[in-house]
Amino acid sequence: MEISREMILEMYRRMVRIREFELAAIDLFKRGMVKGAIHAYIGQEASAVGVCMALRKDDLIAGTHRSHGHNIAKGADTKKMMAEILGKETGYCKGRGGSMHIAAFETGSLGALAVVGAGIPIAVGAALAFKLRGEDRVAVPFTGDAGCNTGNWHEGLNMASIWDLPVVFVLENNQYGVSTRITYSCKIRDLSLRAQSYGIPGVRVDGFDVLAVYQAAKEAVERARRGEGPTLLVTESYRFEGHYAGEPEVYRDRAEVQEWRKKDPIPRFRSYLLEKGVASETEVAAIEAEVKQEIADAVRFAQESPQPDPATAMDYIYA
Amino acid sequence: MATVEKDAVSLGVTKPTMSPDLIVQVPPGVPAKEMSYQEAIREALREEMMRDPSVFLLGEDIGKHGGAFGVTRTLYDQFGPERVRNTPISENTIAGAAIGAALVGMRPVAEIMFVDFSGLAIDQIANQAAKLRFMTGGQCKVPMVVRMPQGGGAGKSTAAQHSQSLEVWYAHIPGLKVVFPSTPYDAKGLLKAAIRDDNPVVFLEQKFLYSFRGLVPEEDYVLPLGKCDIKRQGSDVTVVASGYMVWHAIAAAKQLEQEGISVEVVDVYTISPLDEETIGRSVRKTGRAVVVAEAVRSYGPASEWAMVIIEQAFDYLKAPIVRLAGRFSPVPFADSIEKGFWPDTEDVVQAIHKVMAY
Repeated sequence: MEISREMILEMYRRMVRIREFELAAIDLFKRGMVKGAIHAYIGQEASAVGVCMALRKDDLIAGTHRSHGHNIAKGADTKKMMAEILGKETGYCKGRGGSMHIAAFETGSLGALAVVGAGIPIAVGAALAFKLRGEDRVAVPFTGDAGCNTGNWHEGLNMASIWDLPVVFVLENNQYGVSTRITYSCKIRDLSLRAQSYGIPGVRVDGFDVLAVYQAAKEAVERARRGEGPTLLVTESYRFEGHYAGEPEVYRDRAEVQEWRKKDPIPRFRSYLLEKGVASETEVAAIEAEVKQEIADAVRFAQESPQPDPATAMDYIYA
Repeated sequence: MATVEKDAVSLGVTKPTMSPDLIVQVPPGVPAKEMSYQEAIREALREEMMRDPSVFLLGEDIGKHGGAFGVTRTLYDQFGPERVRNTPISENTIAGAAIGAALVGMRPVAEIMFVDFSGLAIDQIANQAAKLRFMTGGQCKVPMVVRMPQGGGAGKSTAAQHSQSLEVWYAHIPGLKVVFPSTPYDAKGLLKAAIRDDNPVVFLEQKFLYSFRGLVPEEDYVLPLGKCDIKRQGSDVTVVASGYMVWHAIAAAKQLEQEGISVEVVDVYTISPLDEETIGRSVRKTGRAVVVAEAVRSYGPASEWAMVIIEQAFDYLKAPIVRLAGRFSPVPFADSIEKGFWPDTEDVVQAIHKVMAY
């Protein structure tokens, strides 16, 4: 598959942007400036970026409680995202949602639904609308590995399969649902096998390899766009942080985490860019510096923004 | 009230136990035809589907079969399998798919076969549909309707998992509208309004009422959501009721007219958001109130209405409010223990006598 240099560098930029955004969000959290929790996407950047770079702007993603990465991969503005995390009126959700509900409808979103699996039926419905209207758009719900044991997931895959709907179900196996390992909660080891129950393709890909994810996603998306129905795409990676930032992680050894961290998708992709001569050290470093500056600006923007006016507390409940 | 005829045909098809003359809502001279509550719902769906190509239906067995109660019968033949879409038995995904379609500009009408089954869909309805607009800061709207038959009726109960009245499950959730019509006229006008509304609307259909008949105007009309309807003007006592209970309230009012008691009947045909003003105004006028709901007593809709009366009309009350509601029990099957489960006309008459005699 031919991928332009420009697109490859954009993938790297978005992966670094996710990483820097998450590190900044965790930093704010540790300084006591964030209400609730930060569910960091660190380690999984290649999954969101590989998938979302295979989408058009008018294709729609459905996110989860861990969707900072999905938003950034789809092109969201980090200023409005950081402002949302701090509960500010300038945030994507005007401070009504916070970290778990950041959704940038302007970049093609169906929302970030923080009940595990909840985005699946919603994406199926959007895809049904696309089909009814004869549009060639695709809906892409993300779930973590734990999501594949919900009723939502099984009902949704089934319904999308019987109607050949344009959905790519992205199952991001980061190995843990909160504290519970997927090897405990699923009997099978290859989760893509579940596609067989629904008569649809199941594809399993290295979720640390952005180009591999992109290629698999591109095929699934094109298949959906052609009207040939849904695909289950399993991206295999690892959740480098706890379930949320600062979580004690009593259920896993540090050695295990350190071992997985060796697979970090960002240094890996960086080395690839340099080795293949896609970009020079100077160019890569420039991307990193620009992103760092962007995130610093986003933090400042968020901190300087006002919270919602109390007089607006009852806004947006009804249309 | 009259005894119930045995159901000879299928679910939802019974002989009405009350005369259409009891509630007449179309003024003389307005072109109208008499139809059942079930037909009125079907006509609302048909007209909205003809008017707006973004309206489509999805649900279990709603195609050729016409749904468990025959409401969508003939729509499949008219609009085809794409717009009258049979689904697998997957309540949560029926509701969720309606949300997704609504988010991208459709106006889906989902049918959940019995409200009792909506427990399987409640995450999508109560956590997703209801909250998406709010928690995204107004970035989206969710114009969808979930139709759900509910309730029982004397001799018509189908036991504990097919006869409940669960409006408060949804009325307790900000972001949802909950509608519960009592007559064919209201059913048609409110369903059309629900389909045109930009919010998620839970549209409850009292299944014992499916066969009840009444006049429905031939012209296109919609009724406002978020309002109560004064079904009968009166000056001595206000009966606040919804669904089938409105018919009992009206029947009781007719009966008491002969004793010289003037009963006002307020039909809460939008359960939520609740039109507190109309209830308050009525009780400030009459000074007495009876609240009647089919749902079970504890934490039920009647309790909410009573509290509204206390907040809005306490100083005007000449007697304590009387609450009538379903027995706090799962709905039983056998006639002998189903009897008395729901309030009936005689209960309303006695309650009115009680507040009048205080």
